[in-house]
Amino acid sequence: MARALINVPPKAKRGDIIEIKTLISHIMETGFRRDNVGKPIPRNIITQFTCTYNGEEIFSADLHPAIAANPFISFSTVATDSGTITFEWTGDNGFHETGSAKITVE
Amino acid sequence: MSLHRTGATRREILLTGAAGIGAALIMIEPAAATPETMQRAIRQLVGEAPIKKGKVTLDVPALVENGNSVALTIDVASAMTAKDYVKAIHVFNEKNPLPNVISAHLGPRSGRAKISTRFRLADTQTIVAIAELSDGTFWSASADVIVTLQACLENLD
Amino acid sequence: MIRRVGKIARADVAAWARRARDFAHAATAVARLACPALSFLLLCVPAVAADIPPDQRRSGYADLGAETKAMEDDDTANPGLLWVLDGETLWSTKTGSANKSCADCHGDATRSMKGVAARYPAFDAKQGRPVDLEARINLERRDNQQAPPLAFESHDLLALTAYIANQSRGMPIAPPDDPRLAPFIAQGRTLFETRQGQINMSCAQCHDDNWGKKLAGNVVPQGQPTGYPIYRLEWQSLGSLQRRLRNCIIGMRAAPYEYGSAEYVALETFLMRRAAGLKIETPGVRP
Repeated sequence: MARALINVPPKAKRGDIIEIKTLISHIMETGFRRDNVGKPIPRNIITQFTCTYNGEEIFSADLHPAIAANPFISFSTVATDSGTITFEWTGDNGFHETGSAKITVE
Repeated sequence: MSLHRTGATRREILLTGAAGIGAALIMIEPAAATPETMQRAIRQLVGEAPIKKGKVTLDVPALVENGNSVALTIDVASAMTAKDYVKAIHVFNEKNPLPNVISAHLGPRSGRAKISTRFRLADTQTIVAIAELSDGTFWSASADVIVTLQACLENLD
Repeated sequence: MIRRVGKIARADVAAWARRARDFAHAATAVARLACPALSFLLLCVPAVAADIPPDQRRSGYADLGAETKAMEDDDTANPGLLWVLDGETLWSTKTGSANKSCADCHGDATRSMKGVAARYPAFDAKQGRPVDLEARINLERRDNQQAPPLAFESHDLLALTAYIANQSRGMPIAPPDDPRLAPFIAQGRTLFETRQGQINMSCAQCHDDNWGKKLAGNVVPQGQPTGYPIYRLEWQSLGSLQRRLRNCIIGMRAAPYEYGSAEYVALETFLMRRAAGLKIETPGVRP
């Protein structure tokens, strides 16, 4: 089950810098471990995270195997307009997960 | 002789164990970054450009309770205007299997050049954060982290 | 290490190798101290375990570093909440040949499940023994949903347990004053205080007699079951109290019990009585 937790303040004043926090279920298997019979466990990680604000990309990150399981990422953005902030995670084995949050800017 | 430094798998250990623990072990070291490979990864990013100390605050605990999840915050002093902003923040490590940790891409709309994440540390080592600014300059900070391991271990089979 | 008895040394080495493999290259100087530290602790402990005075009982939360505390406290940073959210979905998902959801009988969990985790394990008259929350979920599945049991440590069982226990967050642990539990609490106490395993150690030697001291890089906690299921950084996942007990028993180099065994449930029943009054934190975060 993949599921994400997103924290975006529901309301903000225009021009405010808001903090966005994201957490997503993912094993982040490094590709450097072996199972109990010595067979290498293939890499299975999220490689890319992107955040768009009313369709415009405002933040992205390239993730490597050193990112902890169930990746947590927080960053900031300027509250410009009311609308939708969307989140997209992609990774190995066709992993793809999206989420979104509404924000009202006054 | 201490066996604790080996990167050998349990199977290798058990096989060797069957033949006598005192016998020579064939040690298979996993791929690991080194301070040199970290420097190479950094040079690949910045090219020949100088990397200056400053502007970057790297907040990471000096002593971590478990290397599987270490809180990391990078804050770069910048006005974050359309003309003067932080383009990217990159984090590198010395002793994980790979030198890269994360590359975050920001812009004037970020408002503040600050990111947080949680990462893995295989061993006690130095972490380097590099900020790439819109004017093409690179700034960095580094921190030493001591990683402790669990006293009680669990086998999973 | 090799100077010690071969069998123990091999077990040590296998365990260390596994940990090292967990993230490739993990043998730090501190880790190498862990085994001597464990042996040293054994030499230091008194022979008789004494109960922790009630006013000194505390959750392992008190011993966490600032970063781990912050991780538990912030619901958008605590990975355990990912399981709680999945549990919320499962609560109202119809299942089994009865095609019923938990919610069909129990309604709104935020009301009906409030306080339940604080009084489990509870005595089940039909079974003639105490059952923990996980076993209760599986009994309900069998009897009311006509669904197969969820496997121990499976995502869904952890998610449902975490969701139910989360409804008691902040409430004091209040084991029922049920005389039928007495023999099981006594059995749990005996298990807790009995030396076992290749290194001949009891739970009480660490968690009653030496809590608050350091074992390698970690503070020895009192072993209070306040946050289960917990998100353990070592596991990089959520896990049950039984998994944690199993982990300790392996640490003593003893053979672990089967998941769901009477021994684990007796230990859980004793531990919840021992923790009476401490607040439920589910999902707790621990190193």
